[in-house]
Formats: sequence, C-alpha cells, structure tokens
Amino acid sequence: MSTLVQETAPSTYKEGFHDDDIKARHKVPKGASHEVIDYMCDVKGEPDWMRAFRHRSLDLFLKATLPAWMPGLRDIDYDAITYYASPIDKSANKWEDVPEEIRKTYDKLGIAKEEQKMLGGLGAQIDSEMAYHNIQETLSKKGVVFLSCDEGMKQYPEIFKEHFAKSIPPEDNKFAALNSAFWSGGSFVYIPKGVKCDVPLSVYFRINAEQFGQFERTLIVCDDDSFCHYVEGCSAPVYTTNSLHAAVVEIFVKERARCRYTTIQNWSTDVYNLVTKRAFVYGKGIMEWVDGNLGSKRTVKYPSVYMLGEGAHGEVLSLASADKGMWQDAGAKMVFMAPNCTARINSKSISGHGGRASYRGLVQVNPQATNCRVQVNCDALILDASSRSDTYPVMEVDGDLVTVEHEASVSSVSDEQLFYLTSRGIKKEDAVSMIVNGFIEPIVKELPMEFAVEINRLINMQMEGSVG
Amino acid sequence: MTDSLEIIDLHAKIEEREILKGLNLTIRKGEVHAIMGPNGSGKSTLANTIAGNPKYTVTSGEIRMNGENILGMEVDERARKGLFLAFQYPCEVPGVRTSNFLRLACNARAGKELDVMEFYDKLEKKMKHLEINDAFMKRYLNEGFSGGEKKRNEILQMMMLEPEYAVMDETDSGLDIDALKIVSEGVNKLRGPNLGVLIITHYERILRYIKPDFIHILVGGKIVKSGGADLAAHLEEHGYDWITKDVTPTPVSA
Repeated sequence: MSTLVQETAPSTYKEGFHDDDIKARHKVPKGASHEVIDYMCDVKGEPDWMRAFRHRSLDLFLKATLPAWMPGLRDIDYDAITYYASPIDKSANKWEDVPEEIRKTYDKLGIAKEEQKMLGGLGAQIDSEMAYHNIQETLSKKGVVFLSCDEGMKQYPEIFKEHFAKSIPPEDNKFAALNSAFWSGGSFVYIPKGVKCDVPLSVYFRINAEQFGQFERTLIVCDDDSFCHYVEGCSAPVYTTNSLHAAVVEIFVKERARCRYTTIQNWSTDVYNLVTKRAFVYGKGIMEWVDGNLGSKRTVKYPSVYMLGEGAHGEVLSLASADKGMWQDAGAKMVFMAPNCTARINSKSISGHGGRASYRGLVQVNPQATNCRVQVNCDALILDASSRSDTYPVMEVDGDLVTVEHEASVSSVSDEQLFYLTSRGIKKEDAVSMIVNGFIEPIVKELPMEFAVEINRLINMQMEGSVG
Repeated sequence: MTDSLEIIDLHAKIEEREILKGLNLTIRKGEVHAIMGPNGSGKSTLANTIAGNPKYTVTSGEIRMNGENILGMEVDERARKGLFLAFQYPCEVPGVRTSNFLRLACNARAGKELDVMEFYDKLEKKMKHLEINDAFMKRYLNEGFSGGEKKRNEILQMMMLEPEYAVMDETDSGLDIDALKIVSEGVNKLRGPNLGVLIITHYERILRYIKPDFIHILVGGKIVKSGGADLAAHLEEHGYDWITKDVTPTPVSA
C-alpha cells in the first residue's frame, strides 16, 4: 500500500514537512481495538456512558461493510493505523503555553498569524488533541461557547448529550462508527439565542504522526435566531504510507438561526479523507456548507442538510480540485422533511494532472415536504486528457408541488479564451490560472477575503504546468 | 525596416486549406491602412495570423515588426512587443473581472508591476472617452456584454495597452451608429506617429469616421488593388464585383 513520495505528492505541496521533535505523550498500539478505547477513556477521564458508546461503535465499525459505490477504499490497512496519539498534556488558551515544538509547526504553517485576522476564535488540533483553543472575550461575554469537543462534554454535559450523535448515529456508516469509537478533539460550539457571531470561528487540523488516524468530532448548536460562521483548514506531512482522517461534524440550526461552515481541505496525498457532515435545520433556519477540497488521496464527503422545519433553507457550495494522485468524491445531500423548504447545490470541480473529481449528490423530497424547491448546478473543468470527471446525481421526489432544477456542464480551458488572453501579453500559464480562478470565482467570492486568497494560492500551485 | 509592420509574401492555412496566398503589405508607424474585401477573402485569417493564433499555420513568408521576424514568437510575446488585435468576436471569460484582467495585461505589456493608483487614474480617463460606466469594470470579462460593449472594451484595451501596431478585425460589425462614432473617435485619439493601424472591414461605413491613408482590396488571399481613401467610396458604389471580374484568374476561395 505504500507508494513512492515522488509519485503521490506534487512538489508544490508546501505543508508536507515532517516535524520529528513532536512526540506523542500517550501512544497506543496500532489497530482498532477495545483496549485502545479503554486507554483513551482512562486518559481523558470520560463518563461511563461515553465509554459504552465508544465500545458499541467499534463493534458496529468492525461489522460494517463499505457500500459498493464507494470509490477506491479497499486498500486501507486498518491494522497499520494508530488510533490515538497526543503530543500534549493539556490544551492551552495562550500561545506561550503551547509546547515549543508544536508552536514551531504552527509558525511554519502560519497558524499563529491567523489570530491577527478577523477571527472570533481560533483552535488548533495536532493529531488527536486540541493544542490551542481561544475565543475573543467579547464573544464569551455574550455566552458563545467555543471549546474542544472533549471540554464541551465536560463543561456543558446537558447541551452535549442532547445533541451528540443525534444527527449522525454510529449506525449511519462505517466511518461514522469508526469516528464514534475513537473520536478525540474537534470543536464544541454553542451560540445562544439571538447572538450573532459576526467574525468567524476558525480551527486548523494538523496530522503530524505517520500512519495515523485523526477522528475529530465537531458539534455546533446554533440556538434560535443566532448566527455563526465556522471555518476549518487542515494539512499533513508527506509520508510514504497512508493516514486516515475520518471526522464527524454535527450541526443543529434552530429556528430562524443561520450557520455557515467553511472547509478548506488541503491534506497531503497520502491521507484518506472520509468525513460525515450533517446539519439538522429547524423552522426558517439556514444552513450553508462551503466545502473546498483541494488535497488528500481520496475524499469521500457529502455535506448534508436535513430540513426538518417549515421554510428551512439548505445550501452547499462545493469546490473540488483533483490534482495528481487525488480522487475527490464530493457532493451534497439535501433531504426535505417539511413544507416550503428551499435548497441550492452549486458544485464546481477541476481535474488536472491525471486527477479525478466526482460529484455525487442526493436530493430527497419526502411526502410531507410539499411546495419545496431545489436547484442543483454542477460544473466540471477538465484540464487535460489524462484527468477525469464524473457526475452521479440522485433525485428521489415524493412530495407534491416540488420544483427540481438540475444543470450540469463539463468544459475544458478553451483555445479561444487562451488566445484572447495571451493576445494581451498575458503568459499562457497565467492565462490558464485566470480562467481556472474565474471558473471557481462564484464559490470563492463567498469566502472571507483571507480564505479566498488561500484557496486561490492553493489552486494556482496545482495549476503549475497543467496545460502544455 | 524599423518602425514598420511588414508582411512579406505571406501564405497561411487553416485545417489544410490555404487562405492567404502571397500577401504583401507594409504599415509604417503613423499610418492608417484599411483592408477591405468580400466574405471569405482572407481578412480574418490575416488578422489572426499577424496576432499568432495557433489555429492558423504560416506555410511561407514573413511578418516583421520593427525589422524583427515575429513568426517564431508566441502570441503573448508579440503582444508584449507592441502588437494588438481588436477581436471581431471578443470571447467571454466568466469569473474574471474586467479590471483585474486589464491590470494584468497592462503589467505584462509594461514588463513590471504598475502603480495601482496610476493605473486606475488612466483607466478612468479612457473609460470616460469611450463613455463606459464604472460598473463595467466589476463585470466579468465580456460576459453578458452587448455587441457594442464588447467592441468598446476592445478599444479600451487598445488605449490602455498603447500598442505600436493595432489590427482591428471588423470592429465596425454589430455596432450601431452612435457606438461606431464613439469607437472611431477612440481610435482617432490614438492616431499619431507612434502607432500604425490596420483596419479590416467589409463595409466602407467605418472609414467615414476613421480616414485611412491607404486602402487595399483583398480578394482570394491576395491584395489585388491598393489606393487612397477614394477607393472606399468606389467600392461602396460598385461593390466588389468589378474587382473580382477585373483581376480574377484566381478563384475566390470560400
């Protein structure tokens, strides 16, 4: 299962460095076992119900099979993976308290500088634990809670228990079961009624260990009439072996609240990225997923919105860029469970250097969901003949008076556009990058400025030498 | 020859079909030339070949700009050296803001990062000349532009890039009379000792507003007649038939 680094990793991946100074304080034997779960529960001091939940989830994981359509995951060697590794003793809320060797890594990634951006809070996870977590005082005074998920369970047990695993139970799928068994880190966010959190809460995930499994778990509850924007980014060193990232993100958007969740996924090309993301949205609530997938070996991820209350709105803006050695299987699920709901899926994918991008989408309108409307748009840009793009849309409509619109397009960088731009003195590679950036502009313009710049930087690096 | 764009015995083809069959033309700086010709005579092929469109292949002949053969150069290199083509059908580039595109193009032409404030000052002035409103710059390049807006955008680019030689490929087509006047006025402002212009057109109309120094008639991939501004009026009155009858041993290719 190991491949040569040169084959899998584009040389342009700037986040692929190793930091050997970082050592796990707690390291467990490889493999997904009940012993590892007991060890984690002891170290974390977890309540008995969680211990039981983890053991039950592991049994489900071991029994679960992969659906036949799931792409290219059969070569994952679960026994070679380490399921828990913590390079810290406790989470810090001041940078000075973060161990020096970890701070160095974050400095190289520019994470410490992130704080200077317009953020309401910042978290940073390394391997299994959150090394840093901090929130602006103005927000905490309003009652906004932004903690690691482990801390959330300890400090807000009632909110936690009411929502945890309620939208994504361990039975949902094999990787949700795996996460439920070994979850560690991730964020716990609670936005009280009526509170608008205008600046984003941001979290950065780093895998440092080799052949490692990162299973962060995020739970966001936006109470009635509130708003929050959560942004996550990630990266990993380049190894010759594979790592696993199987996160679970659960979001509850209560009445008339709005939540936007933005992902800029930039894993190295030896990471399997298998994530379950789901939002339950109540009356007139709005959920928006902005899902940017720019890295990883395989990504299997379909952020979903379950519209449970009347007049709810769901939105997925999906951006996938599949470069050499990558297969982005991304998309969205919109499930209508109540009348007068609306949803929009806008997916843009780019494949180049032999990469493959697939759009997989589900629109499900249940009988009680009358008078609903959904618009699906998916556009693919293929940069060369060795690259590939597929679309797998599924529509199941049982409700009445439902409007479903679906549009799809596949294009390449046209000779006319290249001639036009180069005839103005612009070099060919810059012209290609302009066209590609223009293609993704409708999604990128939805991002806060700093993150838009980051997406453009990553895409431009992948574009290097893509059209000959 | 320095200070001129010389086309010497140019033969060019597209998809194995020879369109230009030994074309000769010299445009000195300070001069405005017009090439007129019926459909299929090779007008657009000439414009595209000068700019270096890779769809067209030059089989023999030369194009020299200020004495230097440009046929071995890429499209962008020709442009940076001062060649400009105003497109007959400017293409749409979704998601790319017109202002960003123009700034990159101007930086490329200048060979350095231009001062942003200076760039926008200049842009604002040129836009006023062409009666283009501010919202235009925020729109995506040519996307959803009317025919007239696209052509105005071409002239704006020409004004911003300050070429040494400009080829205008049927700039008048699809323009109403008001837009034609504005566009022509723009070109007239640019006229001067540092610019050579080649206007390619089917109709004489534009030549009422931009007075050329020379008119050439292109038929069957060759220039068959050259003369002064009065040649246009003659064409308008009599059409192209008298020329094709007059000169053709070579049949007009499609």
